[in-house]
Parts: sequence; structure tokens; C-alpha cells
Amino acid sequence: MTTLLTILFDGVAYGMLLFVLSCGLAVTLGLMNFVNLAHGAFAMAGGYICAVLVNQSGVPFFVALPMAFIASALIGLVIEQTLYKHLYHRNPLDQVLFTIGLVFMAVTVVDYIMGSSQIFIHLPAMLEGQFNIFGIGVGRYRLMIIVICGLLTLGIQLTLANTRFGSRLRAAVDDPRAASGLGINVPQVFALTFAFGSGLAGLGGALGAEILGLDPYFPLKFMIYFLIVVTVGGSQTITGPFLASLLLGVADVAGKYYVPKLGAFVIYTVMIVILIWRPNGLFGRVAQR
Amino acid sequence: MSADHGVGEISLRRARWGHGETAFWLIAIAAIFVFSDRYLILTEMAWLGLFALSLDLILGYAGIVSLGHAAFFGVGAYCAGLLAVHGIVKEPVLALVVAGCTAMVLGFATSFLVIRGSELSQLMVTLGIALLLRELANKFSDITGGFDGLQGIVIDPILGLFAFDIFGKVGFIYCLVVLFVLFLLARLIVHSPFGLSLRAIRNNPLRAAAVGIPVNRRLIAIYTLSAFYAGIAGALFTQTTALASLDVFSFERSADLLLVLVIGGAGYLYGGLIGAVVFRVLQDLFSSWTPQYWQFWIGLVLVLIVLIGRERMYRGVMWLPRLAMRRMASPNRSTP
Amino acid sequence: MFIRQKMMIQTAAAGLLLGASALAAQAQDTVKIGLIVPMTGGQASTGKQIDNAVKLYMQQHGDTVAGKKIEVILKDDAAVPDNTKRLAQELIVNDKVNIIAGFGVTPAAFAAAPLATQAKVPEVVMAAGTSVITEKSPYIVRTSFTLGQSSTIIGDWAVKNGIKKVATLTSDYAPGHDALKFFKEHFTAGGGQIVEEVKVPLANPDFAPFLQRMKDAKPDAMFVFVPAGQGGNFMKQYAERGLDKSGIKVIGPGDVMDDDLLNGMGDSALGAVTAHIYSAAHPSQVNKDFVTAYKKAYNQRPGFMAVGGYDGIHLIYEALKKTGGKADGDSLIAAMKGMAWESPRGPISIDPETRDIVQNVYIRKVEKKDGELYNVEFETFKDVKDPGKTKK
Repeated sequence: MTTLLTILFDGVAYGMLLFVLSCGLAVTLGLMNFVNLAHGAFAMAGGYICAVLVNQSGVPFFVALPMAFIASALIGLVIEQTLYKHLYHRNPLDQVLFTIGLVFMAVTVVDYIMGSSQIFIHLPAMLEGQFNIFGIGVGRYRLMIIVICGLLTLGIQLTLANTRFGSRLRAAVDDPRAASGLGINVPQVFALTFAFGSGLAGLGGALGAEILGLDPYFPLKFMIYFLIVVTVGGSQTITGPFLASLLLGVADVAGKYYVPKLGAFVIYTVMIVILIWRPNGLFGRVAQR
Repeated sequence: MSADHGVGEISLRRARWGHGETAFWLIAIAAIFVFSDRYLILTEMAWLGLFALSLDLILGYAGIVSLGHAAFFGVGAYCAGLLAVHGIVKEPVLALVVAGCTAMVLGFATSFLVIRGSELSQLMVTLGIALLLRELANKFSDITGGFDGLQGIVIDPILGLFAFDIFGKVGFIYCLVVLFVLFLLARLIVHSPFGLSLRAIRNNPLRAAAVGIPVNRRLIAIYTLSAFYAGIAGALFTQTTALASLDVFSFERSADLLLVLVIGGAGYLYGGLIGAVVFRVLQDLFSSWTPQYWQFWIGLVLVLIVLIGRERMYRGVMWLPRLAMRRMASPNRSTP
Repeated sequence: MFIRQKMMIQTAAAGLLLGASALAAQAQDTVKIGLIVPMTGGQASTGKQIDNAVKLYMQQHGDTVAGKKIEVILKDDAAVPDNTKRLAQELIVNDKVNIIAGFGVTPAAFAAAPLATQAKVPEVVMAAGTSVITEKSPYIVRTSFTLGQSSTIIGDWAVKNGIKKVATLTSDYAPGHDALKFFKEHFTAGGGQIVEEVKVPLANPDFAPFLQRMKDAKPDAMFVFVPAGQGGNFMKQYAERGLDKSGIKVIGPGDVMDDDLLNGMGDSALGAVTAHIYSAAHPSQVNKDFVTAYKKAYNQRPGFMAVGGYDGIHLIYEALKKTGGKADGDSLIAAMKGMAWESPRGPISIDPETRDIVQNVYIRKVEKKDGELYNVEFETFKDVKDPGKTKK
């Protein structure tokens, strides 16, 4: 029983991490219909910024995390304003070509500056190790991930539901043309959302370095996972990808624990089965495009 | 080259063999003599071109996207490899057909999963299938050789006459012939009423269904055919390199393929072939210039292609092949 | 700079268009080495270490041996075997290289083997570690190591040091299977017991579930093999799960504790015992000089991949000296056979029968020295041959 709960805990933490990493991708895809395969590059940027701050400048980890968020959000904003903006109405295949090109460039640039070996972020001692509650092994770091990601999810959901910006955003998603007719500055909403999504990715990259590892090939290695989350969850809502992340996280961890021989197959099989059952994702409404 | 009487004037003109096309294939043949020390990369271009052609059949003509086309490529590759290792079918051409058919069976079986759903879920289901196959090939390492790759592939002479040589000349000519034959077949198919109905489906599935086109059956058919082509490409790969390892299924292979086709442009059959040549030439150029950082320059080229616009870029970079292409195609050809 | 780039582009273009025919008419006093390693992709750090080490060696020893100028042509195969094969063939046929070297992964080394045989060009394997590689061609020489060498030794050592129950965690691909097989043979032959066996998928972001299984099995120690690069993640999660405190030791071949990454792993790695062929802390003058020079040049600690490259190029230099500059495959291979020298890792030699490397395997423990983590060697097994071949 306690093992089951430990596994569940690990799975939830893994899922939460996946959510923070891929949430921004869901937003860009659902909102702007933009296939941003370079999403992982923002996550990588956040991870490396955090690592440099903590390891080389001695900034405390908890200060470096928000800085990673802000820095990646700024990078996202700049790139959106200079490059992506012009591509929203292009053919999705052009978008794929473009963003893959960006990934290649980002990978090489990071490789050039930081070297191709994996790097780690030095964590404060309080985040290391595991403690027991009623026999359930709770990793401190994973607990922190769950807390941070849980709060973020709650915050995002509340923002979307209750604030002015949230309602503008939802309006812009549902029907951009009508929304701009109502005086909503749609490009601005898009830009802010894109920046926020990139920031989240950056935060996810910083948080995930410990569990997923961080090297220049991060955006290529994990692109598949982000896409899986978004496809399974559907890109229309935030809850969709959230629940999909949790489901995939728990399924992956539990599958690997109970049937380790089939460990590698779990996540792909779950995805295919879900997509056959619900071709537009678990929580997708209608097919876009 | 006969066209149905019911087919419109435009498609008739499209189906006609142009001078540009003749020029294209003459250049390809000339490559045998001109680039006699680069046969291996030419061979790669040939099978990559065929592979891209197979993606073009579904993407350019039926609007099905795939990020897992390597699944069929890999099945073809392993099939050809296993046939050679165990001496089941020794003769390469026959083995090629068998490998293609095996991939075709897989294509047919998976087509039902793929043709439904949005583009994104198509991408992910195809990707998932390819990755699952990769894991399977790793698991059954006693059959496939696992991570080390299939060992002991020796390919017999083609038709018992032409043995593969170290310079890769025979291999290249072989690939080129197969590519040409399959290209002709594809050309015939896409200009047939069947091909036209596919284009109708791509443009508007609802309307196509309304005029009585059996949408699903057509999509399954073209997907299966595309799998056959990809399987052949994979078998050519194995036969010319005597290799079959796990990376034939890799995500990178599928993704590169998509890049190749998008670079060349989808929907006019030559896109995949041109894309394969351009992509490989760039890769070779950049990676011999800077083995460590060539990906940056490839990335930059991709970004520039999109920013400047493919048409404008090509007009600058390769106006000659383009000129040929344009002459080949009718003036009414819509650009992809 | 700009002019040089332009020149390079022009040269490349010329090479592409005119082919080797123009380059073939070269003076006979150059010896060309085609270095094929992964410089991009997941294995990039392997390739870079080897490239660095080769460059360093050539800086230290000059680029002329026995009256011949040495020219290294670096190629990136991204660890994809069909690339390797094409590059090797083009290097041999067009660039007329005398030696091909590098090879980051086993399939790449396999892919080039038939070419080495056909063209009678020595293939110096500097990284790939599957036992049978050297049997694929009589022109293959290896300067890295085989997994059997380190895995059998750690198996013997575990038995001798009172470890009775071991759970294994290995990557699910050929090298992982190799490591597991050799370890199991020696460990169970000595009376040890394997209580749990887990194979981890190669592309595996999260070790948590597998580590939980290890923990539940309650072994004395866990035997670990994951590819270089994943070791850091593994050790982090090992500590996170409290396995270090529950008394389950980590043992294994030394790939997990690659010097390249060791420092980043943090104190969680302390106390891990591994058997390997090289440690940056190896207490010899040769190694101290090597580490200092490497750090000075690249601002980073050399790992075992770098040493494989360093020894590989050394072997080529020495072989050329011995043949007096004769650079044909047969003379070079003959010269390489039985060659013995003092490497940064310790004394090594090339087995004249198998052309594989014979070297000491050290048992090391991760300890802190001057604020940095090092694998400190405390036991030496002398002149270990590849067990994959000695059996036959």
C-alpha cells in the first residue's frame, strides 16, 4: 500500500513537471494555432540561466527560479515580437520548418557556449533526500515541484476564469476576429500569453534539470513528450493538458514500476490508445484546422 | 501516358511529360559520370528522395501528415536485412518487393488509426507507432540484433549479374532505376482519376464525400501505397549500406524527412527529390566545413527559407532547376 | 577570419565538384587520419572529448612523425552508422586517408569494419566498447576498453568484499546487456546472488520507478550501468530516494562515474565503488601532466573517452615511428600489435593476437579531494584482457 502511494507521489510530481514544461506549448497551439516546436528551447534557456546563476554567481536556488522564469519570458517576448508574429498566418508546415530551424540553432549555440556535457544545478541541502510520512517515501525535491506547480496551475486557472485579462484571452481564443472587433488588442494578448508560456517553460526547465537532466539536446529530446501531453490533453483548455500530464506521469511511473519489462512502451501505448479513442485529445472539443 | 477523357484540360496538361522533367532525369543520369567519387551520397539522395516521395503521396496529395514515416522505412530496412541474413530471398530486386509489401501490410493495418483525427493527432499517432516499433526492435534483439544492429548482411548481386562494389556505383544506379520506376508509377497514380479524387479530399473532405468519393477507402489506399514506397526506400537503404540498426526507426529520421519534403515543397512529386538533394548537399557542405556546429547553419537555412519565403529563396539560390521545373509544369500549376 | 571562411567554403565547394581526383595528386609525405566521431546529437560529448584529446596530443608532440606530416580530417557521424559508413568510405576513397579512427558507438565501428578490411586501412577504435568489434576485421585496433574488462572485475571484487545480494539496473541495449552478462557470470560464480534485475529503457527521463524497485529488493548493493551522460541523473535520484542512507551501495563499471560529470553530481556520489580503466585522480606523473594540460586547454576535466582518444593517436604516432613512416595498413597493424606504453591511465598494451587493449582495471571509490570529487583508486587488477575473447 505504502509503495503504491510512493509511486503515485512520484508519478504526480513527474506529471506536474511535464505540465509546467508543456503548458506554454498548449497555449500557443490552442490560442494562436501556432506549431511551436522550439518550445523546448525556452525550457532549456531557463534551465541554463538558472544553472549559471546558481553555480557560477552563487545566487540562491529559490531566487534563481523566478529569475529563470523572467529571463525566458523576456526571450519569448522578444522572439515573438521579432519573428513569430509574422508567421501566425503561415502554413503549419512552414511553422514546423521555422521552429525546427530555431531549435537547431539554439542547440548549437548552447553547445558552443556551455559545452555538450550534461550540467547540474547545485541544490540547497534542504531539498535533498526523502522523508517518510506514514511509511510513504516523500522526496523533498519532488514535493517542492508538486507545491510550486500546483500553485501555478491554480493561479493560471484563477487568472483565466476571474480576471479581465483572462476573459480577453478566452475571447481571443474562441474567435479572434470577433474579439478584436470588440476592441480587444488581440496581438497584445497573444504576445503576453506567449511570453508567459515561455516563462513557464523556462521555470520547468530549471525545475526539471534535476530529474530530466540538462544538456544542449534537451529541446530535441523532450519535444516528443511535450507534444504527447498537448495532443492527449487537447489544446483548448488548461485543465486538459494538466490532467493529461498527471495521467501520463502516473501511468509512466506506475507502468515502469510494476511491469519494468515493458517500461519503454507505456507512454507511447497510452498515447495511441487515447488518441484512437478520442482523436482530438481527452478534453479537446473540435478539431482545429 | 494516357489520360481519361473525363479529366479536365488542366490535369491533362499537367499529366503530360515536360522537357523540364526530361532534363531532371538526364541530370540524374549524368550524375553517374560526373560525380563518380560521390556515389554514396548520391545513393543517399536517391533513397531519401524515394522516401520523401512516399511522404509526398500522403501529405501533398491526400493531406495526411506523418511524423512517423520511419516506421515503414525501418520495417522495409529490417525486412531486407533479415531476408539477406537468413538467405530467404537472396535476389535483391525480389527482396525489395517483399520488403515493400511487408511495409505495405503494416501501412494498411495502421491506416485505420491514422486517417481519423486532427493533424496533430495524426502526427502523434504516427510518431507513436514508429517509436513503439523501435522499442520492439530493441526488445527482440535476438532477431534484430538490437542496438548493435543486424549483423552479417551480405547482399547478392542484382539479378545475379551486378555485384555491389565498394565505390557504390552499382548501388547508385540500382537506386536510381528503382526510384525512376516508382516515380513513374506515382506519377501515373496521382494523375489518374484516383489521384484527382485524393486531391479533392485534401481540399475539402466534406465536399468530396458529398460528390460520392469514398473518402476513407481512398485515404487507406494511398496510405498503404505510401507505406509500400517507404518500405522500398528502407530496403534500398539496407541493400546499399548492408546496415540495419535501430536508428532506422528514429524520430530524427522522420523529422528530417518532413524537413526534406517541406524544403522541396509538397504536392508536385519532384519536391521530395529536390528537397533530398538540397538537404544532403547543405548537410555535407556544412558538416565538412564545421563538423561540430553544422546544425546551426542548417537551422539558419531553414529559418531563412521560411522568412524570405521558399519561392523567393529558390528563385535566387537555384533558379536553374526551378526554371526546368517551371517549364515542366503547366503555367496553371498552383504553387504548393 | 572572413577571408578564411570564404576560402573554406570555396575549398569545400571545389572538393564537392571536382572530387578527389584533384586532391589525389598529393605529396606522399603526409599521413592522413580520418577521425569519425559523433560531434552532434546525444553522443556529442564523446566525440568532443576525443577530438580535444587528439588535438592536445598533436600540440604536445608536433604534427610530424618519422618525416611524415600528420593531417587529421574530422568528420561528424552523429552516431548514426550509415553516416559512419559513408564518411569512412569517402575518406578512404576520396581523401585517401591512411587510417580511420574514432567511432563513438558500437554500430558505427561495425559499419566501418568491412571497409577497413577491403581497403586494408587500420581502424583505430577510440570509444566503442562491445567485445566482438575487434573480430570484425583484421585491421581493427582498440584503445578504449571493453565492458567485459570492468564488469567482470567488479563482479569478482564484490564477491571478495562480502557483498552477497545484488540488484542490477542496466540500460536496455547491447552494452548494458554486455555489462550485466559479464558481471552476473563472475558474481554468481563466486557465490553471489542476484535478487532483482531491471532493464531501463535507453531514452529514460525518470529513474524513480526503477530505483523504487531497487529499494524494495533490499540488496547489499546495486550494480548499475547506464550510458555515459545519464550517470549524473541516476546518482542524483539515487540520493533523492534515500538509497545512500539505506545502506545500498552503488557498484558498477566506471561509466556511471565519468570524470567528465562527476563533479556536477554533488555529494550523493560519495562512496560509490566502480571498476574502471581510468580516473583523473590516477596517481602517476604522466596522468598529472595530462590532466593539467587538458584542463588548461579546455577548462574541463578529461574523462575516459578523452584518454581513449589520446592513446589512440599515440598508438598511431608510435606505429609510424616503428615503420619508419611506412603508412600502408599491413605494416601499421603489424607495428601496432604488441605495442606497450605508459598511458595516463597506467601501463597498457595492444594484445598481438586480438588487437584489443590489455590494461589495468582499478577499483575506485568516490572521495572528496580539495573540494572536488574524484574516483580514488584503491585496488588494481593487473593486465586485464578482454574476457569476451579469452574465453574462446
